[in-house]
Amino acid sequence: MGAGHAHKLYRHGHSPVHELPPHCKLAAVFCFVIVVVSTPREAVWSFALYGVLLAAVAAVARIPVGFLLRRLLIEIPFVAFALLMPFVVPGHQVRYLGLSLSVPGLWGAWNVLAKGTLGVCASVILASTTELRSLLLGLQRLRLPSLLVQIASFMIRYGDVITDEMRRMSIARRSRGFEARGVRHWGVLAKSAGALFIRSYERGERVHLAMVSRGYAGTMPVIDEVTASRAQWTRAAALPLSALAVCLLGWTL
Amino acid sequence: MHVPDGFIDVPVSAATGVVAAGAVAVSLRGARRELDERTAPLAGLVAAFIFAVQMLNFPVAAGTSGHLLGGALAAILVGPYTGVLCISVVLLMQGILFADGGLTALGVNITDMAVVTTVVAYALFRGLVKVLPRTRRSVTIASFAAALVSVPAAALAFTALYAVGGTTDVPLGKVLTAMVGVHVLIGIGEAAITALTVGAVIAVRPDLVYGARGLSAPLKLRVGGELVDAAPAAPAPVAARSGASPRTLWATGLVTALVLAGFVSFYASGSPDGLEKVAADHGIDKQTEEHATADSPLADYGVKDISDARISGGLAGVIGVGATVAVGSGIFWTVRRRRTAAGAGTGTVPAGNA
Repeated sequence: MGAGHAHKLYRHGHSPVHELPPHCKLAAVFCFVIVVVSTPREAVWSFALYGVLLAAVAAVARIPVGFLLRRLLIEIPFVAFALLMPFVVPGHQVRYLGLSLSVPGLWGAWNVLAKGTLGVCASVILASTTELRSLLLGLQRLRLPSLLVQIASFMIRYGDVITDEMRRMSIARRSRGFEARGVRHWGVLAKSAGALFIRSYERGERVHLAMVSRGYAGTMPVIDEVTASRAQWTRAAALPLSALAVCLLGWTL
Repeated sequence: MHVPDGFIDVPVSAATGVVAAGAVAVSLRGARRELDERTAPLAGLVAAFIFAVQMLNFPVAAGTSGHLLGGALAAILVGPYTGVLCISVVLLMQGILFADGGLTALGVNITDMAVVTTVVAYALFRGLVKVLPRTRRSVTIASFAAALVSVPAAALAFTALYAVGGTTDVPLGKVLTAMVGVHVLIGIGEAAITALTVGAVIAVRPDLVYGARGLSAPLKLRVGGELVDAAPAAPAPVAARSGASPRTLWATGLVTALVLAGFVSFYASGSPDGLEKVAADHGIDKQTEEHATADSPLADYGVKDISDARISGGLAGVIGVGATVAVGSGIFWTVRRRRTAAGAGTGTVPAGNA
């Protein structure tokens, strides 16, 4: 996590979205998602408008569509579930292409699909325009308990280290001809997990001692205090506010 | 089981958000006691470990694989408070960075996957460790049972949340059958891996396993060629295990019976092969079998059409037993806590440094 070494989720850039302070972006995304979730599902057109809003943000942030769509794949399990809904939910049935679908099920599927996708999309835009470290600083600015922020930041820092350790152990296993095929191999996997825990815990203790000996006293020094000007807040608020307008229209129409 | 936005309605999401915030606040306080001044670094490390372990897929049967949820593992290895904290942080990061689980559903996810799994697992674990003989093997057995029950318990909690605040009216019976049915299966894998992992850690560094504290043999000094007991440092744990009181006996019987009944009724309830076969027959998507099997609702709901007559009887048994074990050992644990707290007096001082 040194200089010039960003996480792979982050897309380096200098767009207006990248420049916004992280806590403004976090608050904006959070408000946006709340607004989206509280929109009535019958107002189909409003979800299209939300989509347009997000697309506009992505365009301003210069995030390629392909990148966004690839990251949306995380949603697949729930998409599949939503596709099952029309067949499971009881209620008024309609026939379409020889299939018997239930109307409440269709609405439910639409609801989950639309809101879930918009939420995932907003999070993806946030994560790809904000550096991890500044995201954590933003969380701290938003008054998340500092201990929690520190745990999260240590988790991010150790995350790659431990994942790499696990990958090396997996390479070691495979180079000795191991391939996990069934229940018989659970023991090996579990022993690997145990070894991974011991190794990472001991590493954590060493790192902690090293930090203490360099003057760590329970908190990380904040070097770059991020502040947001009124203009930046306004710019960040553009997304949730226009979404709110759409939502209110959706309720009244 | 990561719930996306729009799946649970707003009031219930808000309520679970409050519950989750409360649980995290309590855990922050408790974790300081478990890890003292090393809280942040080590809790962060354990969170990273849980995150990594969740990527460790274990093959279940031909072509299927699941992954750990990690609640029980975290609670047993580092203690319940740190466990709740670590999994909450993992969920928060997954929500913000990986868009896995909705931001508005964060409360639901934390309540369900961090709080319920960890608390149920740890309560059952403590209860079992208390009543089983004090050996390393019983720690392993207790972690097996704890992990086994914790996963269906989370499924049950999810179903309850869904019943209160679901945005679509899938019939509750179907949700319950599918969720708990699939998660009993997942629970077995989780239990085996958790128990083996805990066993592996205990074999090498028993001092690192929070759940095995107090199992260490008393320190002996070799003075002039013979072993002499070192000065008894902590007499408290010895006092706590005094004799086989009627209460202990009663608890042993109850817990053993419940766990046994859980196993038996599982085996009576229909083989896993049957479940998978039915799921396949009903044209479940391939993706399920690839990676999402473990906790994807597709898998959960995919088995919706299992002939209820065959399964539901045994399943009801498992649900009942699981719930009873959880509640029973929870009460048992609370009572024990109160008793030891009364015995120990004002022992612990809340660390307020940071």
